Amino acid sequence: MRRTVILAVVAALGAGLLAGCAEDGETTGRSADGGGGGKGRTTLTVGVFGAFGFKEAGLYDEYMKLNEHIEIKQTSIERNENYYPQLLTHLGTGSGLADIQAVEVNNIAEITATQADKLVDLGGTEGVSKDAFLPWKWAQATSGDGKTVGLGTDIGPQGICYRKDLFAEAGLPTDREAVGRLWAGDWGKYLAAGRQFKAKASKGTAFVDSASGIMAAVTGGSAKRFYDENGEVVYKTSPAVKEAWDIAAAFATEGLTGRLQQFTPAWDQGYANGTFATVSCPAWMLGYIQDKSGAAGKGKWDVAPAPKPSNWGGSFLTVPKAGRNTTEAAKLAAWLTAPEQQAKLFEKRGSFPSARAAYSLPAVSGATHEYFGGAPIGEIFSRAAEGIPVTILGPKDLVIAQNLADIGMLQVDQKGRSSEEGWKAAVKAIDNALDQ
Amino acid sequence: MTPVTGTASGTAATAPSAEGGAAPERRPGTRGLAAAERRRERRSRWYRRDVRWSPYAFVAPFFLFFAAFGLFPLLYTGWASLHRVELTAPTDMEWVGLRNFARLLEDEFFWNALKNTFTIGVVSTVPQLLIALGIAHLLNYKLRGSMFFRVAALTPYATSVAAATLVFVLMFGRDYGMVNWALGLAGVEPVDWQNGEWTSQIAVSTIVVWRWTGYNALIYLAAMQAVPNDLYESAALDGASRWQQFVHVTIPSLRPTILFTCVVSTIGATQLFGEPLLFNGGGGATGGADHQFQTLGLYLYEQGWVNLHLGRASAIAWTMFLILLLIGAVNWLIVRRLRKST
Repeated sequence: MRRTVILAVVAALGAGLLAGCAEDGETTGRSADGGGGGKGRTTLTVGVFGAFGFKEAGLYDEYMKLNEHIEIKQTSIERNENYYPQLLTHLGTGSGLADIQAVEVNNIAEITATQADKLVDLGGTEGVSKDAFLPWKWAQATSGDGKTVGLGTDIGPQGICYRKDLFAEAGLPTDREAVGRLWAGDWGKYLAAGRQFKAKASKGTAFVDSASGIMAAVTGGSAKRFYDENGEVVYKTSPAVKEAWDIAAAFATEGLTGRLQQFTPAWDQGYANGTFATVSCPAWMLGYIQDKSGAAGKGKWDVAPAPKPSNWGGSFLTVPKAGRNTTEAAKLAAWLTAPEQQAKLFEKRGSFPSARAAYSLPAVSGATHEYFGGAPIGEIFSRAAEGIPVTILGPKDLVIAQNLADIGMLQVDQKGRSSEEGWKAAVKAIDNALDQ
Repeated sequence: MTPVTGTASGTAATAPSAEGGAAPERRPGTRGLAAAERRRERRSRWYRRDVRWSPYAFVAPFFLFFAAFGLFPLLYTGWASLHRVELTAPTDMEWVGLRNFARLLEDEFFWNALKNTFTIGVVSTVPQLLIALGIAHLLNYKLRGSMFFRVAALTPYATSVAAATLVFVLMFGRDYGMVNWALGLAGVEPVDWQNGEWTSQIAVSTIVVWRWTGYNALIYLAAMQAVPNDLYESAALDGASRWQQFVHVTIPSLRPTILFTCVVSTIGATQLFGEPLLFNGGGGATGGADHQFQTLGLYLYEQGWVNLHLGRASAIAWTMFLILLLIGAVNWLIVRRLRKST
């Protein structure tokens, strides 16, 4: 008797499990493989890192309304440094992949060079037009043999965000035109402005948040930085890196920085307490500043053009071949990165379009940012975007940039080491990291 | 086993009638008697098999899972450590022999990590176990609400590393940290906890101590409650003070438990990872600008998942494993020595 009860329980559990699986299979079903004519809905999964904003800007909902047989689900991993190794592992095993996977710009060269055979060539997808994108953005995700494995989402053209109240205290102009003129065309002038600021600034405030931020901004505006045209690592001898390093190190050794490390709790506290006057800010950082400075910072921040156009960040969408619905996924990726959608994303989330065709749309060209004193951000960032040179990317850009910033420049900025000592430490760490 | 099956097949011809005489109430005739015997025989055979093999069936799931998720990864990591493998192409392996291990010998980042692991391990384990012993001793007194205090001792252990570490990062902040604020009240200049070699290691150790002290205290408490009361009574009759009782009765009785916690804490310290990673809040796996608090676990992570060198990372993993085996062997020697001396 007892045995029958146990058997019944086991059978019930088993049936439940099976039912669970079956149910699951139905929702992620392949029923729409035949073109979506039936009632079955196709679920497309999108894997992203951080807050991409597609969902928040309502783009998924809009697409599902336009295509009733499609259901979109997004999975997000907070930090790219956790997301990217996982993506590589999944590509290696061909399992666990979402239908669309986002890739950060620092990783796109490695993805294009090593994973192109595992990704769908999106260049020929219906609705994708090469001319709509900035040429350098398109080129970044295109392999030597002409396969475009990633469609550009946003880019990070930079401005300089500054605190009007701190500038006024230090006797600097506060009007964004005048501020822009202060350092137009030369990062050295930005340094000079920093010296001017320091001479009169009130105690406890610094001109800029961190030396590493400046280095990233300067290297982001150069054509050749870490790699040369032949794919060789040349950061040790690259003039662009040398210029960036020297300027950033000057900020650090002359005590013009707040000695903070970006994206740490202490940096956030710096925003909240208004301890630094400027920060080089890509379009995507405006929202971050608004979050961290909060209501207290409203009306105090403004944004001016950077000394030279430069890019920091931005992403791509790829479609892995191992996905369930590569055709539908490619269509979705094309739609999400089309100029109209990029403009919407900029309007709602501040991610600046990589589609040049979007710049003339009113949502971009006429955009202003209320928190930043109504600054015409559409105009400022469009101009910066058009001036950004085609940067040669390499597979280990991220590792090089990270060690330059978090080892080398951080030692100069926070530990008071000399510029040479910091450089040596960075080179040693990078050599160790690049050595297989 | 074979003879038994032999008999079974030998009597196969009579099996149908045996089936027919299956009811035990039936008065045994000669044929019935034989059938009952066969039945008994069959039962006892079943029973013997049951006794012999069931335990293996019961423990099998663990070992199957261990083989799949413990042993296989361990061996595969060892295999990978003998190759040049990159995460961008994990199946593309190039044999390099012991090169990955040999280069560790001259890798200053590895030695730095090993040194940091050791110092952070000592700075966190020693105070942790001493404090735990003290707390356990206090909890062992009869006191009101003892349950509350025991649960309270365990709460840090139940807190996630991520949440706890974030709080500690804020507390040890250079500009607005609570620790520097308190030091400021005492007239001490603010300390840059994150950037100093010792200060950062002490800060990381504090997180470990905070999380694990209560856990060890409860283990000690459990062991203390097993110490016979007569020992304390006779010690008290001999005029031993509370402190003397603690030193001469409690500590010797707890010796095996103390050894156990030492070993477990040492293993934990060797694998220390989450606290130093998160203490760098946003800075990645470098363990500070000077690698001043990069532990072995963190260096392994940096090699494997930031620099994408799976072969090198595997070699570090195996080296860590060998270090742990060494610690295990030393522990075993100590236990043996202690057993002989008592």
